[in-house]
Amino acid sequence: MKKIIFVLFCLNSFWIFSQNCTYTLSGIVVDFHDGTTIDNATIQIKNTNKFAVTDSKGNFVIRNVCGGKIAIVISHIGCKTSEKRIVIDANYQGKFLLEHHSETLEEVSILGKTNPKKVSSISETLLSKKVLDNYSSGSLGDALKEIAGVSSINTGNAIVKPMINGMHSSRIIVINNGVRLQDQEWGIEHAPNVDLNSSESISVIKGAGALAYGSDAIGGVVVLHPKNPFRIDSLFGSTITGFQTNGNGYNVATSLHKTYQKGYYMDANTSYKRFGDFKAPDYFLTNTGSNSLGFSLNGGFKTFETGWNVFISSISSEIGILVASHIGGIQDLVNALNSQQPLIQKEFSYTIDNPRQEVNHFIAKVNYFKRFQGLGKLTLQYDFQENQRFEYDRRIGENRFIPAVDLNLKTHSTTADFLFDANDLWTLQTGTLFRFQENFANPATGVRRLIPDYQKIDVGFYSTIKHQYSENLSLDFGVRYDYNFYDVKKFYQTNRWNALGYDVLFPELVIQDLGTQLLTNPKLNFHNLAISLGGKRTLSEENSLLFNYTLATRPPNISELFSDGLHHSAARIELGSLTLNSEKSNRFSVSFLRENSSFTWQLDTYATFLKDYIFIAPNGTEQTIRGAFPKWEYRQTDAFLTGFDLNLQKQFSENWFYSLNTSYIFAQDTRENEPIIDMPPFQMRNSIRYQNENWKNFSSALISEFVGRQNRFPDFNFEQFIATTNSTVLVDISTPPNAFHLLHLKNTVDFDWGKHSKIQVSINVNNLLNTSYRDYLNRLRFFADDLGRNFQLQIKINY
Amino acid sequence: MKKYILVFSTVIAMTLTSCSNDDPEIINEEEVITTLEVTLIPQGGGTTVTLVSRDLDGDGPNAPVVSVSGALQANKTYAGSVKVLNETETPAENITLEVEGEGYEHQFFYTFSNSIATVAYTDQDKNGRPIGITFNLTTTSAGIGNLTVTLRHEPNKTAAGVVAGNITNAGGETDVEVNFSLTVN
Repeated sequence: MKKIIFVLFCLNSFWIFSQNCTYTLSGIVVDFHDGTTIDNATIQIKNTNKFAVTDSKGNFVIRNVCGGKIAIVISHIGCKTSEKRIVIDANYQGKFLLEHHSETLEEVSILGKTNPKKVSSISETLLSKKVLDNYSSGSLGDALKEIAGVSSINTGNAIVKPMINGMHSSRIIVINNGVRLQDQEWGIEHAPNVDLNSSESISVIKGAGALAYGSDAIGGVVVLHPKNPFRIDSLFGSTITGFQTNGNGYNVATSLHKTYQKGYYMDANTSYKRFGDFKAPDYFLTNTGSNSLGFSLNGGFKTFETGWNVFISSISSEIGILVASHIGGIQDLVNALNSQQPLIQKEFSYTIDNPRQEVNHFIAKVNYFKRFQGLGKLTLQYDFQENQRFEYDRRIGENRFIPAVDLNLKTHSTTADFLFDANDLWTLQTGTLFRFQENFANPATGVRRLIPDYQKIDVGFYSTIKHQYSENLSLDFGVRYDYNFYDVKKFYQTNRWNALGYDVLFPELVIQDLGTQLLTNPKLNFHNLAISLGGKRTLSEENSLLFNYTLATRPPNISELFSDGLHHSAARIELGSLTLNSEKSNRFSVSFLRENSSFTWQLDTYATFLKDYIFIAPNGTEQTIRGAFPKWEYRQTDAFLTGFDLNLQKQFSENWFYSLNTSYIFAQDTRENEPIIDMPPFQMRNSIRYQNENWKNFSSALISEFVGRQNRFPDFNFEQFIATTNSTVLVDISTPPNAFHLLHLKNTVDFDWGKHSKIQVSINVNNLLNTSYRDYLNRLRFFADDLGRNFQLQIKINY
Repeated sequence: MKKYILVFSTVIAMTLTSCSNDDPEIINEEEVITTLEVTLIPQGGGTTVTLVSRDLDGDGPNAPVVSVSGALQANKTYAGSVKVLNETETPAENITLEVEGEGYEHQFFYTFSNSIATVAYTDQDKNGRPIGITFNLTTTSAGIGNLTVTLRHEPNKTAAGVVAGNITNAGGETDVEVNFSLTVN
């Protein structure tokens, strides 16, 4: 055997030595996208000193090429170097492709910092992994508050919903690894089910201009990006573990990334966190513990030309709701408002009792893309989501073990997008969406359904165009149409149906009369149009100006249409309305950007005109056996919102940094001429940081957070007769809490561990002065103070 | 290209066929309290007085129907008892039994305006504290006033005055709160 190999080897070398070196290799180098020729590209025969440079027409010639298998390396400034293997047995003439696009650059860039912007005329802010690591134990809503103009609306401290320029819930789209989250849009108690630890970066696009994602994002879009795979053979990972004193919480998150030079990659993430009862400065917040377990796998294959991706993610969380916030009637609410402290206070415990939520969210996605030379990129995607939600109430007897809310929401989405990027000056993206969603409300709860059974179909089409008009001006334009169809089966109490006047308005919807209840089958159609128009003007190397106009339309969501029942933490009856139509938003925005290595600032300004803005407001009271309750109904009005968000970052010297985030919003109901409820007050976040790379990259930041008092609020207070005291009292549910100022401290230091590994230790203190405060945008502000001082220790190991 | 369109349309077809559209099952609220009934039997003879509040649509738009069978006699003690029922079910579910079973985390409170009467509890939970399902009601002089009957879930029975029937410090969550206008002759 060895002999044969030896002989073959000899023959082979003989063949090499005797090869004919008289062939000519010639050809043309063209851009992969648009087929234009590339000059000044270098073509080299690998492992030889034979090379050529293309002329102005992209042509090159290399003479005296030896026969046999050769590898050609083609390179050009700003392009990804490509390699091609060919067999030379005659003169060879060929066409060689090079890629020179920013997106391509990003794929090979080790920094991997830049994600291509979706719409160049709208400001988009990116939170990097470094920032997200600070929130390893926190939530999406907490992390996004780092961005000027983004606040949150909370139910306690575990249910945190992001709010962009005063808009939240179904006015915001959250995209996790290309999948639009379905679960979080209904109400304030539905926090987005995402695990920050599995995201590499998050970008926030204000306003609805990013039409590729949907036409209904009146507030904006939050996009969570996964790790971008590098085409190198590598295995690396990181583990974060943290402890905190408030809530005696601990968390662990581990991620592993395996990449191959061929283009295959696999990321695995898992995280677990657990908290006990949190503490306000003066007392424990009984039953505010939570725990959450997340797991995700993201794998696939990616080259420039083609690729596929499979993503699976599962998150289970259990969240306790402050026990003192669960009230039975107005008397209890009055007692809670009068008391300066929660009426139920116990010692610290990890136990999560009722009321509590248990939510499981599962995502599976497959995605495929292929590039077509001289044309663009086709992307196809299918994703499936299942959200199972249980809410346990304080119930009597055996019922306490049965959830009061048991909803199963399944969503299938398919999308097809085509990006025409062959022309440098014109980029066109067009796509289509088909989505089917089904909600099942389990009757085993023994409680009338809060959200009815329904099926929903969404179909959408969009096209966006970007045009580089001149060196200093780029323009973009987009249009999108969405069709939504709801097929709902809902039981109405016959009395309620008649009281709302539906017996006259919608008699045809009743499909079965069961005496005290009616089974109805509303079928609703909504047509929604969105248009976005804007430009980016480069004023100088450092300064630019963005301007945009967006028209967006949002259909009413299921809870706005069909809510029906008593809301325990608000002591009110909430009713949806079948008569709602889509709300329309006209938003004008102008942003100034200044980017300089030591001084960066960004000012976003906007004016939004909302027609048929959907909101909930009180409309009388209703008597029940638990006493009287105010009745809140969804209705529509016209609104005007304007404001600014300012972010400023300055480096004073090598070691000293300063940053400022501030925002203000003015929101007015123009029909009723009164302010709109639940709008974020003026806020300002100043931070001074000292960093020294020579001291193990030591960094220490002092952050001052000021939140003003919201002086503009509608007066929804009401008078209530309290029988036990035989008196009438004013129930003040409108007056916002006072302004507050908090100080936070963040310290980090890096240590080397072995050759390739690094340990980063962070010690943070939140609410350094243990200030007692209540936040206007926290639903539990009626019942208890917000969180007190919290020491956090976090250790991150990169390996 | 055709291949992708084919794959794509297959996926759409698959999602479409996964639809099913059965009618949902009706839910009759299980633990809703529709009715509160107070029975007052005069000691040493006389007319029994019953107080009823009935709200058959629960959290629905209709207000409870409140009825008082007659006037109370002045300076008299009545043996009182209370029942809470779910009358949306037939036969009506007696929720008093569940309240009694979890007596240590429930308590009825009887609060009068104009001091027309006082109430003394005659029952005990497993910790020796009152539940308020049975009680003695003693009227004072003649007059008119309101009686508020409140059922609290998880009250703080150790707080000041609570075992004596004072609701002020009781806390907890209101399960029932009903008002009756009473006349004492």
